[in-house]
Amino acid sequence: MAKSDACNKPPLLEISDLHTYFFLEGGPSKAVEGLDLAVPRGKTVGLVGESGCGKSATSLSIMRLIPSPPGKIVRGRIVFDGVDLLSLPPDDMRRVRGREIAMIFQEPMSSLNPVFTVGYQIVEMIRNHEAVAKKEAWARAVDLLRRVRIPAPEQRADEYPHQLSGGMRQRVMIAMALACSPKLLIADEPTTALDVTIQAQIMELFEEIRQGTDMSVLLVTHNLGIVAQTADEVAVMYAGHIVEQAATRPLFASPLHPYTQGLLESIPKTTSTAERLHVISGNVPDPSHKPPGCPFNPRCPKATDRCRSEMPPTVELQPGHIVRCWEASAGRSGN
Amino acid sequence: MAEETQQSLSLSRLALKKLRKHRLAMAGLYVLGLLYLTCFVFSDFIAPYHFDNEGRDLNHMPPSIARIRIFDAEGNTCRPFIYRMSYERDEYYRQVWVEDKTERYPIRLFAKGDEHRLLGFIPTRVRLFGVDQPARFYLFGADVRGRDLFSRIVYGGRISLSIGLAGVAVSFTIGMLVGGVSGYYGGPVDNVVQRICEMVMMIPSFFLLLALRASLPMEMGSVQIYFMLVVIMSFIGWAGMARVVRGMVLSVRSQEYVEAARAIGQSDFKIITHHILPQTLSYAIVSITLSIPGYILGESSLSLLGLGIQDPYASWGNLLSEAMAVVHIQSHPWILLPGVFIFLTVMSFNFLGDGLRDAFDPKSQLVGKEFGKI
Repeated sequence: MAKSDACNKPPLLEISDLHTYFFLEGGPSKAVEGLDLAVPRGKTVGLVGESGCGKSATSLSIMRLIPSPPGKIVRGRIVFDGVDLLSLPPDDMRRVRGREIAMIFQEPMSSLNPVFTVGYQIVEMIRNHEAVAKKEAWARAVDLLRRVRIPAPEQRADEYPHQLSGGMRQRVMIAMALACSPKLLIADEPTTALDVTIQAQIMELFEEIRQGTDMSVLLVTHNLGIVAQTADEVAVMYAGHIVEQAATRPLFASPLHPYTQGLLESIPKTTSTAERLHVISGNVPDPSHKPPGCPFNPRCPKATDRCRSEMPPTVELQPGHIVRCWEASAGRSGN
Repeated sequence: MAEETQQSLSLSRLALKKLRKHRLAMAGLYVLGLLYLTCFVFSDFIAPYHFDNEGRDLNHMPPSIARIRIFDAEGNTCRPFIYRMSYERDEYYRQVWVEDKTERYPIRLFAKGDEHRLLGFIPTRVRLFGVDQPARFYLFGADVRGRDLFSRIVYGGRISLSIGLAGVAVSFTIGMLVGGVSGYYGGPVDNVVQRICEMVMMIPSFFLLLALRASLPMEMGSVQIYFMLVVIMSFIGWAGMARVVRGMVLSVRSQEYVEAARAIGQSDFKIITHHILPQTLSYAIVSITLSIPGYILGESSLSLLGLGIQDPYASWGNLLSEAMAVVHIQSHPWILLPGVFIFLTVMSFNFLGDGLRDAFDPKSQLVGKEFGKI
């Protein structure tokens, strides 16, 4: 069903062969290296990976907000709604930001300017992109706050960020992101800084809002639980590459890449009687000194000599299930 | 909810609270308030004479403040009065001042004096105090042309006190913008801008001041001269500010809300002026207060050398120019009084700036304890 939709229409966002490097003194740090990713219209795509794997660099690349210097998008195409974002002049790109693609940041505490009222900041967002009178924009801001379930929005709009709780602030950020009805919402770890009950509420709100519109969401997170709950598709990222991508159910049911398998095994289970939690040994490789071959090989229990010398290609093993692993593809083709 | 708002005082409110406990700073604030009120709002009213009202036969008249009588000839108290003064020359051609004791001139409040416009628009002759003609009440004595030094100090304050504010306003606007741009864009822009700042700062400022003054025509109207002084001094002053603001911008720039502002598609100019520069404001306020004295002194030095405000207009600097000759100071020491006002203003600004710095410094835990002692 999801598949046929994606086939009929071109995806809203299509990233191909994206390379984002940070040129540091010790040589280029390859945060994103040959990333391919598509976000279909009206779907939520989860981008999962541990810290330092290039998730945030990817989302910032889409917005073209990579801090430069030292960061630079070296190669690749990011096509959004038929437009190549990387070749847009800066002024046009500025109009895309916030209006077409909105972004929610990880830290609701620090993403709001402490010296302005939240209402003012939403108004600023609206008036940035649309020629509306201040009063009208204010009314819309209050409406948005109501939409994200902030109680007494008229009063809250007049308050400063420090007067709101973390969950409220994240709601304000969501309201702000929704202000211009963007086609794509990039949520960069939207719930990481919140406690668990608030996390659930915020994710519920996300779901609710998304169902009301045809907005696509790129959900960047390291929280597999949230992805399982909300995403239609999941892309697993490791050391700047997408190592596995599939619809949510098949991915969680039968992960193909050893890294994904490791991630899923690491989730603490209440039914398990094991003394210690499962861990994937080792660390994410330093992006400026990646090992040759598959970047996961030093940590992979199934690594072979081939994995240590050659980068595996991306293979679509099952319809809609893509994986980048010698072992997985060998095992499948052997079957 | 109500509790939350009560507890969370804003930074400026907190700073104000701390400032109130800083006695020297508060004293400075009051002195400055008094000076500015006197010189700007009520200058015409408080000064008994117009700044160019000459008493031709009263050059270097000694201060009347020392000759106010409150006892009449019989030794009874009466309302304060003065005698009319005139001078004769002794054999060394020195002035010998004598009082004409035939007639008393009581000091009147709300006396009629030179015509002026109260608060700038109400035409009136009433001034705060004065004596009847032909006597003259020269509180701080007279200058070489027999003009009331007190009145000239009050009128001169309009220039000396405002030039600090004007100069600071110009140089800080430039400094904040240049520093903001330099810090925000970073990279080569930053490099070039900072080298330019260093070049400006490298030149000894007083010589630069003189050189700039010399490069401009000597014959100018007083208003032109005033603006020229502001421009010259701001030209020198912006660089230091730009450097410090740049440093602060570098730290604010990496804040998430700046990135968030970029993510909602705000223009760079708006991000700099809206999201970044306000964060440097608490520093700027302190720095502004501490640098105003520099402008006041700069104006005074130029005027003292005859390069600034010209007679008949008064500024504290050009009032002092008469005191450059030691002979004058010996025989009429009161011509040094404008210097006292410069001193008072500069000290007050410094104390206030000090207090503001402590008040805005989030690390200062001195509230109550240490401030009380100062």
